[in-house]
Amino acid sequence: MTIRGLVGACLAAFGLASGAVGGALAAGKEVRIYNWSDYIDPQILKDFEAETGIKVVYDVFDSNEILETKLLTGKTGYDLVVPTATFLSRQIKAGVFQKLDKSKLPNLVNAWPEIYERVAKYDPDNAYSINYMWGTTGIGYNVDKVKKAFPDAPLDSWSLVYDPANLQKLSKCGVMLLDSPEDLLPSVLTYLGLPPDWSDVKNVQKAADHLAKLKPYITKFHSSEYINALANGNVCVAVGYSGDILQAKSRAAEADKGVKVEYSLPKEGAQLWFDQMAMPADAPHPEEAHAFINYMLKPEVAAKASNFVQYANGNLKSQEFLDAEVKDNPSIYPTPEVFARLYTVPTIEDPKIQRALTRAWTKAKSGK
Amino acid sequence: MTDVLTPDPEAPRAVAAAGPQAAAEPLGAGGWKRWLLIGIPYLWLLALFLAPFAIVLKISLSQTTIAQPPYEPVLDLAAGWQGLVDFVSGLHLENYSILFEDEIYVASYLSSLKIAAISTLLALLIAYPMAYGMARAPRSIRPTLLMAVILPFWTSLLIRVYAWIGILNPDGLLNAFLMWTGAISEPLYIMNTETAVYIGIVYSYLPFMVLPLYSSLEKLDETLLEAAADLGSPPWRAFWQITVPLSLPGVVAGCFLVFIPAVGEFVIPDLLGGSETLMIGKTLYNEFFLNRDWPVSSAIAVLLLLVLVVPIAIYNNVQAKELGGKA
Repeated sequence: MTIRGLVGACLAAFGLASGAVGGALAAGKEVRIYNWSDYIDPQILKDFEAETGIKVVYDVFDSNEILETKLLTGKTGYDLVVPTATFLSRQIKAGVFQKLDKSKLPNLVNAWPEIYERVAKYDPDNAYSINYMWGTTGIGYNVDKVKKAFPDAPLDSWSLVYDPANLQKLSKCGVMLLDSPEDLLPSVLTYLGLPPDWSDVKNVQKAADHLAKLKPYITKFHSSEYINALANGNVCVAVGYSGDILQAKSRAAEADKGVKVEYSLPKEGAQLWFDQMAMPADAPHPEEAHAFINYMLKPEVAAKASNFVQYANGNLKSQEFLDAEVKDNPSIYPTPEVFARLYTVPTIEDPKIQRALTRAWTKAKSGK
Repeated sequence: MTDVLTPDPEAPRAVAAAGPQAAAEPLGAGGWKRWLLIGIPYLWLLALFLAPFAIVLKISLSQTTIAQPPYEPVLDLAAGWQGLVDFVSGLHLENYSILFEDEIYVASYLSSLKIAAISTLLALLIAYPMAYGMARAPRSIRPTLLMAVILPFWTSLLIRVYAWIGILNPDGLLNAFLMWTGAISEPLYIMNTETAVYIGIVYSYLPFMVLPLYSSLEKLDETLLEAAADLGSPPWRAFWQITVPLSLPGVVAGCFLVFIPAVGEFVIPDLLGGSETLMIGKTLYNEFFLNRDWPVSSAIAVLLLLVLVVPIAIYNNVQAKELGGKA
């Protein structure tokens, strides 16, 4: 084939392709989304493209810090990002986001008022964000291994992991804690009977000192490895995010090697967190971003998302479309009594407190 | 292949010799071309090193704030002279004093220097026999050996470091092998320790040590060793008095190529090291991502640069003496 022939063939192919695509996708319409990894049912994106003709460009991150750095640098090119509410609040103050146009979100009628009320602490009037998923931070454990190592273990209490005498008994079968001071220290504060917030640097210091005492019994600090470690039976206890531990539970069940994982929300109270969809101020496609948020607010779609990732969503109407094992699982949708015990943790705004927290955390982990 | 790696020793002299002569020529049509030629590397240095460094230096003198970008003052060009005055008066050195108030920063620098120095020494001990063997191998297989040294670069560093996780894990390949041979009955806990960091750094930077060593050993005049043997020198003495001194430029180049990047290494200690492993790269990461304190992390980077400039300056000095000595 001559060069000219080749070019001609390519042009023809391109013409065909663009013709075909043009039918399904309106020319140039796209929405760029930046969300957590493994946090959506891919079918939802395909359905959205088919229904609206808007192409979805979907990228993922694995830490709030990475997202925040990109947002603070500016010009991310994304139309929609999903920070956790504690980070969102600070980012709103930094002027990173634009207000949502609620007139373009008619499906907001399906929202769950109780969740939006709690989120309003971070995003006043819910002006900048819409809830994507919410969850808790609690204890995941290997039922049989814990029973063997520690027959009368207090499974419903933080003392299981934060009482040195108890942790010592579990240390042989493996203990992992989240490698995130802002997600882990509130639970240590709760165990110590201190308020789970950052108002007093001395309390933060006390929690970190307590953690340093536990250090010899902790296998590792990590924010995602515990999923596999729990599922394989490599560790018997982990403090982690609800959905991740439930993921470990289902992986262990699938592998069918006799590993049984359970999730516990301690009676002293546990942290409640929210992942929020928000639109950067310089989003190139605000129209399409609104369309996507509105699509995610459809009860059937929100239910599909929750069924896939095993986290609860902030969409009240979606509950009738949820799978029974999600809807009726108190680890995902806690009972009202448990829900009342869940607390939210405020955002850190004072850089001095942030520095003290990071420093105390480094010291607890490294001894230096 | 070796010619690419080692510039002809005559070449610097040729350039040096051409310099004054060329300058003596009247500035004719060729003058601006020469300046252009000289200008390109300087422009490169300006655009890719000095300008970014000036930005980092500037941020290191700023203050952290909740904004986009998360520091102030920001130079406002539209405000003209007053804007510049406000900008300069807003800068201060407080971020540098933070680095000396808390021992973690100095401890991180020292720990990084220690890890880099030990890794460099280990790499030298492993690479020297390798390079020596390669240089003494039959000429026909040298290109193959050289290729074998360069080959790992074809795979991403990240993937190679991840492979070490698979090897060093308590249930990884190394432990499985050692338990199979019966050498150990309990798995070795190498993963997440400083030992794993050393293994990772030495492995990753070994080619940077082998290549300059090889190039200086390869051009060694073997007749010198024959002469030494004829004069009754035992081989070990000939090695120590002839081979080692002549390969010294390769040793120095290799050591700097390993030491300098190893000091600032982040990926290897992050993936292989435990929470006890303190390195300046990790401390800088915490400062930037956890504390969102761009000014202090910039100050750490500026100080790190100073720490590294000293060995680079020594290296340049040694190299200049080397060239001067030969000429």
